[in-house]
Amino acid sequence: MARLFLVLFCGLAMAQEDAALEKRVRELSHELRCLVCQNQTLADSNAPLAVDLRNQVREQLKSGKSERDVIEFLTARYGDFVLYRPPFKASTALLWAGPFVLLAVGLALLVARLRRRRAAEPELSAEERQRVAKLLE
Amino acid sequence: MKLAWTLGIFAALLVLLAVGLGLNPREVPSPLIGKAAPAFELPLLAAPDKTFTQKDMLGKVWVLNVWASWCAPCLVEHPQITRLAAGAVPVVGLNYKDARDDAIPWLKRNGNPYVTIVQDPSGRIGLDYGVYGVPETYVIDRRGVIRYKRIGPVTPEILKEKIEPLLKELNG
Repeated sequence: MARLFLVLFCGLAMAQEDAALEKRVRELSHELRCLVCQNQTLADSNAPLAVDLRNQVREQLKSGKSERDVIEFLTARYGDFVLYRPPFKASTALLWAGPFVLLAVGLALLVARLRRRRAAEPELSAEERQRVAKLLE
Repeated sequence: MKLAWTLGIFAALLVLLAVGLGLNPREVPSPLIGKAAPAFELPLLAAPDKTFTQKDMLGKVWVLNVWASWCAPCLVEHPQITRLAAGAVPVVGLNYKDARDDAIPWLKRNGNPYVTIVQDPSGRIGLDYGVYGVPETYVIDRRGVIRYKRIGPVTPEILKEKIEPLLKELNG
């Protein structure tokens, strides 16, 4: 009986460990691109290469490597392209900063335009004001 | 003035889109160029009890061609690989995720231009070489450094314009 419990307990512990590992594998695979069907993540793809890469991710995590180690392993072979979140460096500066630069330019143009419009608006003279008041009465 | 601005912006956009259309988004730039060819020791297709390693080619300029009998574009590029091997350069084949019983008849049918063929049935070494679309072709220099990588079939143009000049330069 005790032996049975032991087996059950070990089985449960292993299953839990597996579930934790699977969760890490899944989370990491969502960050990685499948090279074959390039608009899918490694987690979503069933291409044979994606399966291989997922197994590789699992194997490496299981052997005690960190997520960062696995990412390094993959980028050394497939380049930054495998990452869905490209790192910020000189070649990707435009990608990351571009939208904000465009936003700033747009805002600057808008402000300039509004200022110009306000400056161009003619002020009413005292005489005109009187006429307006009269007409509105 | 306003028209000039609009036209200017339109032209800039046009140039941007034209450049974008000219790029191939499927082409993954390989980080392996300029790096040492990943190490392997794999069984030979012809004699599985013997092995071959990339170190055996040190001192020579050589080409590694990843192929498989199930891969249709491999058949398409086969004449180019044959032509390449007919030159002075040794071409080593990496039989990727293939079965011996399929690979050997394939070579009998289509000719065997390779000096050596190694087997990578699990694709593990392919992974080290960043293989994701067979065929893939690597030019490796005397020091064992990868100098060029082609993903997909080698066309006659690529052979003439890229690979042959590079081989000439490396062998020169």
